[in-house]
Amino acid sequence: MPPQVKRLALLFAIFIGLFLVARYFLVPKSFGEHGHYRGLSLVENQDQEPKYAGQKVCNDCHDDLMAVKAANDHKTISCETCHGPGLIHANNPDSLPLKPAGREFCAKCHSLNAARKAENIVQVNPEEHNTGQNCTECHNPHDPWEKMR
Amino acid sequence: MGKDEVKSRRRFLSNAAMLAGGIFVSVSNNSIGALLYATERKDTKGPWYGMGIDLEQCIGCGHCANTCKSENGVSREPFYFRTWVEQYTILNDGSVKITSPNGGIDGFSQQVPDEDIFKSFFVPKMCNHCEKSPCVQVCPVGATYDSPEGVVLVDDSYCIGCRYCVQACPYGCRYIDPVKKVADKCTLCYHRIMKGQLPACVEVCPKGAKIFGDLNDPGSDLVRFKKEHAWQVLKPHMNTDSKVYYNGLRAEVR
Repeated sequence: MPPQVKRLALLFAIFIGLFLVARYFLVPKSFGEHGHYRGLSLVENQDQEPKYAGQKVCNDCHDDLMAVKAANDHKTISCETCHGPGLIHANNPDSLPLKPAGREFCAKCHSLNAARKAENIVQVNPEEHNTGQNCTECHNPHDPWEKMR
Repeated sequence: MGKDEVKSRRRFLSNAAMLAGGIFVSVSNNSIGALLYATERKDTKGPWYGMGIDLEQCIGCGHCANTCKSENGVSREPFYFRTWVEQYTILNDGSVKITSPNGGIDGFSQQVPDEDIFKSFFVPKMCNHCEKSPCVQVCPVGATYDSPEGVVLVDDSYCIGCRYCVQACPYGCRYIDPVKKVADKCTLCYHRIMKGQLPACVEVCPKGAKIFGDLNDPGSDLVRFKKEHAWQVLKPHMNTDSKVYYNGLRAEVR
């Protein structure tokens, strides 16, 4: 073998060796476990802490309210839709969840809008409907028509 | 023409033909063909998640967008959304007006007078968890990927924040997190669904307009939804094989 080829071959071997060493330290351990990504990332994504408890957890303690809600128009709504994230409250009942107040909150669903179908949701024009009053003065959020019966 | 010249040309042609044939065979081979798409539907019996959105039911309350921000710690600034709601208003003259004030979180008010409206409706948007996700294909470092359950996720400790994926997404569902400075997007609440809970937006939807489920389970809510409704996906011409199925999707929606 000519000496220049020998020298080149040695250089190549060194470069390839360096590349393999660098690769060993740079590529994360779990890379390629399931595909072209870090396998551990799946676990990390899974480990994120939830903040919403889910309807089933609410049912465990509040079955009385649940029965009221289930019997009327707001039955399809989860507690946490209005009361916000409830996992902290579920773990520590002293820390109370949100209690939405004000007409703006109810208006998010119930304000008159051409995009809302009349058969889907009861709507009012907040600028005309009993202005100045809080919705809850007439409507119990857990049983909206309670006081009109 | 010399005899040697003819021989060398013949050798060149036969080598070229062999090389071309070899490339053809290896490309048609599945393992190399898979490189054409970053993702290949795994032939597993495990779950394969997707989402149904019923536009006939959506009342545009924006609770999905608000809840998503609380659950996932998304910046409250009105530029960053993992899911948001758009209000489409088609006017009598055929023009289309699209609004999404703060993603719908503060509620919608109709600015167009009723007599000018031809049709108006809400469209909740979110990551489409495409089977052939453009965002996954362009990531130069493998920091975004399809999970074995078909959920497109981001590896935030590996992402270099190059923004290729933000540009690649045809649905505008990605953004650069203003704090972490890396790509962020809807995870289909991976941390919830893997524990058997519903994604937060599905949990709080007051009309049940969002339907989460496993496409591999014939008894799942999502499979029933797909069976009962004439669903469509957004931008089917992009060939992304989106897994977010809309009922009542009109041609005006982009």
